[in-house]
Amino acid sequence: MTHPEKAAAFVANDARMHWHDQAVWFVRQKRDVARAAVPEWEELRSLASQIKAHALSRLADYLEQFEKNAVAAGAQVHWARDADEHNRIVHELLAARGVTRLVKSKSMLTEECHLNPYLEKHGIEVVDTDLGERIVQFRREPPSHIVMPAIHLRKEEIGELFHDKLGTPAGLSDPKQLTEAARGHLRAKFLAAQAGLTGVNFAIAETGGVVVCTNEGNADLGTSLPPIHIACMGVEKIVPRLRDLGVFLRLLARSATGQPITTYTSHFHGPRRGGELHIVIVDHGRSRILGREEYRNSLKCIRCAACMNTCPVFRRSGGHSYGVTVPGPIGSVLAPHIDASKHQGLPFASSLCGSCTDVCPVRIDLHQQLLAWRGELAARGLVPLGKRVAAKVGAFVLARTWLYRLAGMLARRFLPLIPPRWHAWGRQRDLPPMPRESFREQWRKRAGSR
Amino acid sequence: MPARDDILAALRAAAPAAAALPDLKGVRAVRYPDLKRRFMESVVEVGGRCVEVAGPLEAALAAVPEYAAARKVVSLVPGVAKANVDLAGVADPHDLHDVDFCVLSAELGVAENGAVWIPGFDNRAAAYLTQHLAVTVRADALVHNLHEAYERIGTFSGFAMFLSGPSKTADIEQALVIGAHGARSCTVLLLTPSLRDHP
Repeated sequence: MTHPEKAAAFVANDARMHWHDQAVWFVRQKRDVARAAVPEWEELRSLASQIKAHALSRLADYLEQFEKNAVAAGAQVHWARDADEHNRIVHELLAARGVTRLVKSKSMLTEECHLNPYLEKHGIEVVDTDLGERIVQFRREPPSHIVMPAIHLRKEEIGELFHDKLGTPAGLSDPKQLTEAARGHLRAKFLAAQAGLTGVNFAIAETGGVVVCTNEGNADLGTSLPPIHIACMGVEKIVPRLRDLGVFLRLLARSATGQPITTYTSHFHGPRRGGELHIVIVDHGRSRILGREEYRNSLKCIRCAACMNTCPVFRRSGGHSYGVTVPGPIGSVLAPHIDASKHQGLPFASSLCGSCTDVCPVRIDLHQQLLAWRGELAARGLVPLGKRVAAKVGAFVLARTWLYRLAGMLARRFLPLIPPRWHAWGRQRDLPPMPRESFREQWRKRAGSR
Repeated sequence: MPARDDILAALRAAAPAAAALPDLKGVRAVRYPDLKRRFMESVVEVGGRCVEVAGPLEAALAAVPEYAAARKVVSLVPGVAKANVDLAGVADPHDLHDVDFCVLSAELGVAENGAVWIPGFDNRAAAYLTQHLAVTVRADALVHNLHEAYERIGTFSGFAMFLSGPSKTADIEQALVIGAHGARSCTVLLLTPSLRDHP
């Protein structure tokens, strides 16, 4: 199913759509409050963007430096060209140590690689320990949002789910009590785990350390109890210096949830005493994006989700409508690199209003990239016929003044006569009253009267 | 070719023109007229509790209800009366599953976000398994913002973390719930200089 088809199903439930819109917008507003408390915000965005631009220009050198320092600190570093190789490496690490119970904290990379089904197929129990991720894992569905994986669900639905899976009383829907039930359930999983897997928010070249940010503390429980810690990162997670974190950590949580910093910001250099730390560095298409000048800025992304929270299309169509791990504006510019034909609809899931670009803490030119993708998809013949014809007709009309005026005149007269169900606008909205005169006519009169 | 060489070669082939790494010395970051007050307010904003300690630490701890009720207590700060677990002597961190209260020591505190910088220690699982947490930080070890914090930290090895308030989640309908997986409460004990002079 395409994005418009899935979005249509989502908006069919009008009340739910508006609830989702408000829930996500609430996070955007919290971000605005946090941003207002930092007078130097715009300077921080520029610095973050420049640091990432520099890191991307020397990524191979920094990865080598990172590897050298990580190994010196006692970590083992593995490299994976793609998702398959990544999954194989993680499985071999676990299998060689007889691990059958793994706890995971949030990692969009492993979602992108579909690690969980791969490990489950090989007989390993994988428990997602972020509360939102555990909820969607119970439901056997992907996260609908990269920071708040279960934002699409009502508390009553989660109550029913926990009644079924965790034996909470029927009808219980109090978030505090539901969270308490999950705490008990996941404590047992943490204590039983033989290995912990985390994502990586930042990898520091000069120290060989990796930094993981959570609010719940799940990454820390998952790496301080079992002796094996596997950290999976995309190549683009590199920052050159430890002090660069001062810039990124000030931006990340404020942009994501409106918090000044996450509760836990853990810096790992090597394993803990008697343990093992494995760092898996994954390309999976990122080097290809780096080679595309008009799109490479998307590799600066720190996965804060501010672009989703502000996007009018995301808020009203839900994360699942995108059909990819990372939805919203950033997902719509990343996904076509993986499969342009399959995800051709995503760059069109935007009004190009540019709000995503405005809130992006690392100044990714998101709406420009969405537009660039539209052009590229058209040039590659991947845009569906209807859209192609409409664009051609539009271009033909806009290039001829007389035809444009005629079309405007006809629309003012006859559009209100067409039954609403025959055009896309009227299916959900009332048509505004048509002006009697065009702007051009009004302007001419105004000029004449002066 | 091994994956490592393949990836590095692909990244080198795709690399854009050199871009300068900005110097962070010039950041005009926010500073607060009353550093201590801002820090204390930030701790509360992130869901914690902040107490100024001018007298004996034990008296301040005794006023923390979770400490008063605790049975199994871990402390990395010397002289905590109820501490009854020798962390260094714990062979398996799983044995810490029933810790009620844990007292840690932080090297610095950050006014803009209420975070404290805690270096790693053996059996650090205690900090996450404990039901409740207290952290000491010296009042003269406060900085305005994270840039200053990292300047002060300079370089370190092993593990360290910023901790800002108690464990929390808002994954169910955006409702903030304190006490997700880790500590249900976090009390920051701000040690004033008079105590430091007479430990």
